Amino acid sequence: MAPGGPETLFDKVWRQHVVAAREDGQNLLWIDRHFLHEGSHHAFNALRARGARVARPDLSFGVADHYVPTRGRGGPIADSSVAAMVTQLEDNTRANGMELFGLRDPRQGIVHVLGPEQGLTLPGLTVVCGDSHTSTHGAFGAIAMGIGASDVAHVLMTQTLWQRKPKRMLIRVDGKLGPGVSAKDIALSIIARIGADGGQGHALEYAGSAVRGLSMEGRLTLCNLSIESGARCGMVAPDEVTLDYLRGRPFAPAGADFDAAAEVWLALASDPDAVFDREVALDAHEIVPTVTWGISPQDALPVDAVVPDPGREPDSARAAHIAEAIAYMGLSAGQRLDTISVDRVFIGSCTNSRIEDLRAAAAVLAGRRAQVPGLVSPGSSLIKRRAEEEGLDRIFRDAGLEWVESGCSMCVGMNGDLVPAGERCASTTNRNFKGRQGPGSRTILMSPAMVAAAAVMGRVADVRPLLAGRPLGDI
Amino acid sequence: MQPFTLLDAPACPLPLSNVDTDQLIPARFMKRSRAEGYGQFLLHDLRLDSEGRPKPDFPLNDPRHSGARILVARRNFGAGSSREAAVYALVDHGIRAVVAPSFGDIFSANAVNNGLLPARVEEAAAERLLEHLEGGGTLRIDLSACTISAGNETFPFEIDSVWRVKLLNGWDDIDLTQSYRAAIDAFAAADARARPWMLPATPR
Repeated sequence: MAPGGPETLFDKVWRQHVVAAREDGQNLLWIDRHFLHEGSHHAFNALRARGARVARPDLSFGVADHYVPTRGRGGPIADSSVAAMVTQLEDNTRANGMELFGLRDPRQGIVHVLGPEQGLTLPGLTVVCGDSHTSTHGAFGAIAMGIGASDVAHVLMTQTLWQRKPKRMLIRVDGKLGPGVSAKDIALSIIARIGADGGQGHALEYAGSAVRGLSMEGRLTLCNLSIESGARCGMVAPDEVTLDYLRGRPFAPAGADFDAAAEVWLALASDPDAVFDREVALDAHEIVPTVTWGISPQDALPVDAVVPDPGREPDSARAAHIAEAIAYMGLSAGQRLDTISVDRVFIGSCTNSRIEDLRAAAAVLAGRRAQVPGLVSPGSSLIKRRAEEEGLDRIFRDAGLEWVESGCSMCVGMNGDLVPAGERCASTTNRNFKGRQGPGSRTILMSPAMVAAAAVMGRVADVRPLLAGRPLGDI
Repeated sequence: MQPFTLLDAPACPLPLSNVDTDQLIPARFMKRSRAEGYGQFLLHDLRLDSEGRPKPDFPLNDPRHSGARILVARRNFGAGSSREAAVYALVDHGIRAVVAPSFGDIFSANAVNNGLLPARVEEAAAERLLEHLEGGGTLRIDLSACTISAGNETFPFEIDSVWRVKLLNGWDDIDLTQSYRAAIDAFAAADARARPWMLPATPR
């Protein structure tokens, strides 16, 4: 299986994991990391039904995040059905001899924040989890994808997965981002450009000077949102930024082992003449703070734009979608996006809950009051502690927002952190689907800095004027 | 798994694009075991009002489409999360095939793993089928020929060739993979030498 012609980053990592290649195009892939959250109960039940064992518990890690409460961590979980989900994961991981980052573990966090933070996610790996935002881990140059319960059971039993090799798409973003513009704005701009199904059947690679210029946190946000364009995975080639992030992480190789691995990782970058099935280019200078107005992440526009008019849309299916979206969101065609009022804000989720995200929001909120209630849930318990050391928690609290524990929280509402029906929530999350944050909830996606601006103004607002005269830091 | 060959059954038009997995099954219903059934939660918040009563204008509640075993929708059906419960809800509701111009990748894989056919058609064909089914009606889906017949009209559909064989035979991946046991063990042994850094380090 020596390489033939020039290869992309994806080709190289894929090739190194092919256990068997069938003539019909199906490849049996070796899986290096398998993360399991509370939703894995279906897969563990399938395992039990077959009387099977976990093939590689040393490569499988349990993480309590989807259902964990974000308040009152000291005591028992009030909702018994939620408590049962957390207990079930504890039982299943213990019975199968795998490490668990459980509710009371000081390292607990959202799986896609914790994996990188602990150094479990490394370049060149295959990473799977029963969660579509597993694409996040691709920021390290790993092939990382979400799988369903049947495939989770398959990986548990065999440490492999059948896949057909997807097409490769290069997304190149060159130039320098303006102040107040972040990885979230790049990602929303990409999804608006290629559509919520534009990435289907493709593995994405993000490249270009603007991507190289992002921190690991920014790259994680970018790759996280790959699935919102329909792509199962998105990747960034490992470089010095990647290595600097990984050095000293608990589960990452150390010393000479690290140096040997680093040499392999840096060689994973796409060959200069590698061919992609599709290429898309964006100019970073043209990207401005971006928000969604509808019920699909592709319904995204610059903050100074207006709500689209279904009457002016020639495609009937598209017109129907716009009409449905603006009716659901309670907006009117032609309305300026920066006049949309918000009732609540949420800062958190695997998309935007890392220390840099919290700093960006805090930089806007410092010395200001939020006009609306809101929740700030750090991506991991370690990030929470660090933010508190930096005094960020005080800024959020002083602004009137609630500072809570780490988990998926109000992004998906499984733990009971819900947006009430009819309310519009400015949210740093990944999906503005109908009812995503609770029945009848209306989600407006944007960056952490933009959510902070929405909190201060009580409406969708361009964050840039609010940054005038303030230290920009990493925003 | 039940093999899928020929399906001649009532079909329901769902003239919506981006029917995401949060619509197919809202997150709050995913705590129960599969044995308890997921059918009642299918498209819960679109199908039922806040009091739990069927919304009369939602197609699945229309008596003309009762007993539907096929859904026809617009593009990007099943976008979103990897929750296989979205497929459980469809299957447990009696749906055996969904016809749309495009599907979420993870949803399609989950569907095939549960014997549910995701049939990809041209957008014009989807629109034609939606029209055909407006007042009720049946479709005939032939997986061997990859065709959908509606009255006198026949439309081709696409599905990955491997998935097609899997559905036709009702095959399960795990049984197949067990026959690769020796290859997997050989790979793991060679890989441990080639990529020693792959194994998680003992935390410091």
